[in-house]
Amino acid sequence: MADEKKPKKGLNLNRMEMPRQDPKERIKNFNEVALGYTAEMAVAEAERCLQCKKPVCIDGCPAEVKIPEFIELITEGKFVEASRKIKETNALPAVCGRVCPQEEQCEVLCVLHKKGAPVAIGRLERFVADYEAEVGAVEVPELPPRTGKKVAVVGSGPAGLTVAADLALMGHEVVVFEALHKAGGVLVYGIPEFRLPKAIVQREVDYIEKLGARVVCDVVVGKTFTVDDLLNEEGFDAVFLGVGAGLPWFMDIPGENLNGVYSANEFLTRNNLMKAYLFPEYDTPIKVGRRVAVVGGGNVAMDAVRTALRLGAEEAHIVYRRSRAEMPAREEEIENAEAEGVIFNLLVNPVEVLGDESGWVKGMKCIRMELGEPDESGRRRPVPIEGSEFIMDVDMVVMAIGTGANPLVPSTTPDMEINRRGYIVADPETCKTTKRGVFAGGDIIRGAATVILAVGDGKKAARSIDHYLRTGEW
Amino acid sequence: MFKVVRKKEWHPTITELWVEAPWVAKKHRPGQFVIVRVDEKGERVPLTVVDIDKEEGTVCLVFQKVGKSTFHMGLLNPGDAFADVVGPLGRPTHIENFGTVVCVGGGVGVAPLYPIAKGMKEAGNRLISIIGARTKELLILEEKMNAISDELIITTDDGTYGMHGFVTDALKMVLDGDEKVDMVVAIGPVIMMKFVTKTCEPYQVPLVVSLNSIMVDATGMCGACRVSVGGVTRFVCVDGPEFDGYQVDYDELMKRQQMYLDEEKRALEKFREEHPEAFQGVC
Repeated sequence: MADEKKPKKGLNLNRMEMPRQDPKERIKNFNEVALGYTAEMAVAEAERCLQCKKPVCIDGCPAEVKIPEFIELITEGKFVEASRKIKETNALPAVCGRVCPQEEQCEVLCVLHKKGAPVAIGRLERFVADYEAEVGAVEVPELPPRTGKKVAVVGSGPAGLTVAADLALMGHEVVVFEALHKAGGVLVYGIPEFRLPKAIVQREVDYIEKLGARVVCDVVVGKTFTVDDLLNEEGFDAVFLGVGAGLPWFMDIPGENLNGVYSANEFLTRNNLMKAYLFPEYDTPIKVGRRVAVVGGGNVAMDAVRTALRLGAEEAHIVYRRSRAEMPAREEEIENAEAEGVIFNLLVNPVEVLGDESGWVKGMKCIRMELGEPDESGRRRPVPIEGSEFIMDVDMVVMAIGTGANPLVPSTTPDMEINRRGYIVADPETCKTTKRGVFAGGDIIRGAATVILAVGDGKKAARSIDHYLRTGEW
Repeated sequence: MFKVVRKKEWHPTITELWVEAPWVAKKHRPGQFVIVRVDEKGERVPLTVVDIDKEEGTVCLVFQKVGKSTFHMGLLNPGDAFADVVGPLGRPTHIENFGTVVCVGGGVGVAPLYPIAKGMKEAGNRLISIIGARTKELLILEEKMNAISDELIITTDDGTYGMHGFVTDALKMVLDGDEKVDMVVAIGPVIMMKFVTKTCEPYQVPLVVSLNSIMVDATGMCGACRVSVGGVTRFVCVDGPEFDGYQVDYDELMKRQQMYLDEEKRALEKFREEHPEAFQGVC
């Protein structure tokens, strides 16, 4: 592939670093860690792009962003135009620019990646989206004539917001239903302020409303309305289910119901959605131990452990049963956690949470692990080392070992097929479920994954819903 | 939306509000609850729906003022609105004609008990209701309970009204009587439900309790409300709120309800300073 490229200029391998808050300062606040490029930095970074004739970076982007085109606009100083170029295919650039794992999506395919310095596509995306919002230039493209068709989008996370935006741009009437009191799904309740400011999520939601989609909070589909109610009584022609994988897993070990044990979902929701870090100005409280253990090695675990530090924990630990190499979290987030002083306890697995008489956590019994043969995930299976048990001196534990499918919608939609893990069965290309007129995408069809995969599903689903609405073909 | 249309003060610490929530009113079934938020900074509080008016599109909420949020809600008057009312949540009560059902409610637990008792009566059961309070002026919903019950027994801890004693004393009396009891439903403070369970045990009568645990989202997403039932962890919000009374680990539940005691005190004191009017008549 590389020999097809004709670099128009000499290779520049000096990838522009993005300024960040100093670790010593940032663990005292919830402000965003990454500070973003200045215009000069963005132009300098954009100029490194080789403008490949066959840009393979796009193949890595589920949102189909026209990467070289928007980057070229940056080199010309046309930042607002660059942002609009992205929005032609992706309604959530400020979000994706921050939380997409670009290192395994677009940037890994960049020709300069082989030289060790891929173009910082994510940082550029973030820069232009923020620039457009800051100069107040957010504009709505011209909308096509209304089709008279009405779609219910269930869940306002990244999949739902993408479907809503694309369908609105196709001329359909869209109503997004959100169970919580604020739109954004995992972007609001899950990802902390210091990684994704909530004002930015709100900006993207506002944009989708400007496109004509209506967002209705406080509606729990499966309870307030069933999917059949939406189709048969509320007048919707199609339904998209983007309800996420919100059911927290626990380890099923003794002591997990002690006071001071949280699911990561609860810990993060209290802090992010309910703003418990501002208690008592906000009503929702949160407990923080002096020594906090977060069990797990994914992005959610990193979010939780870094939140604990900011809430004032003296020691914040990651407890992970495999080694650092197997951690599913983004390298950048692991590095951020390390820089902030998080202590990593690798090849360690909890076996019991220990409590005092009044029911509070006073320690955690763990066992050391070693890596055996690879398991079905391809990673080496962690095996306990007999007799290696020890007690960690902690007074709070957060379980961040993953989430599963919430049964609220599946259990109230009897004629829609569910797989044995509880996820909705949907065609990976069309997002069609086994129930006519009902589509699904995001974590509820594959299990907990990334924002960008949900965005990708949203795009596919919107095309397929549009086709269904126009032709009636199923 | 979520506007308060009527208000009744049962006592300086017990308030009834009728709130506009047409979607909830349309779908609600006995045993289900809602999550409310008093304003944009409010916490998410679960409250059982006591009654509904489908035509008006309103739901009736009755709550005891115990912390900042409930005292704050007590300040709402007709015309004011909640920031959010979400529901109906949780599984509805399993209602059928069991034969004779005894419904036991303690304190403000009479409020969530009422729709279940009413449902049981409408399903054809003979309904014996036992409602109790610490003292006469804290007793609520007597008339409504009386209207649906074949027999109504009232108890007060201090003997100021009805039978002097606890609801468990009255329950034992009924269970010892000639009539065969097919089902007991109990709602109230955890300690009361624990003792109702102890009271029922020797009689082997089926027992359902409705739990009120700490919740955040109340859609199965956070696990704050987890409780051990028969040695298995269940979520009150989606698996409950009703469970087999004999299987619930009440001691664990009581400890879990204490989790934020310090914070609750702090928030309440702050609110008392800012809004002394909310505490009129409260000692």
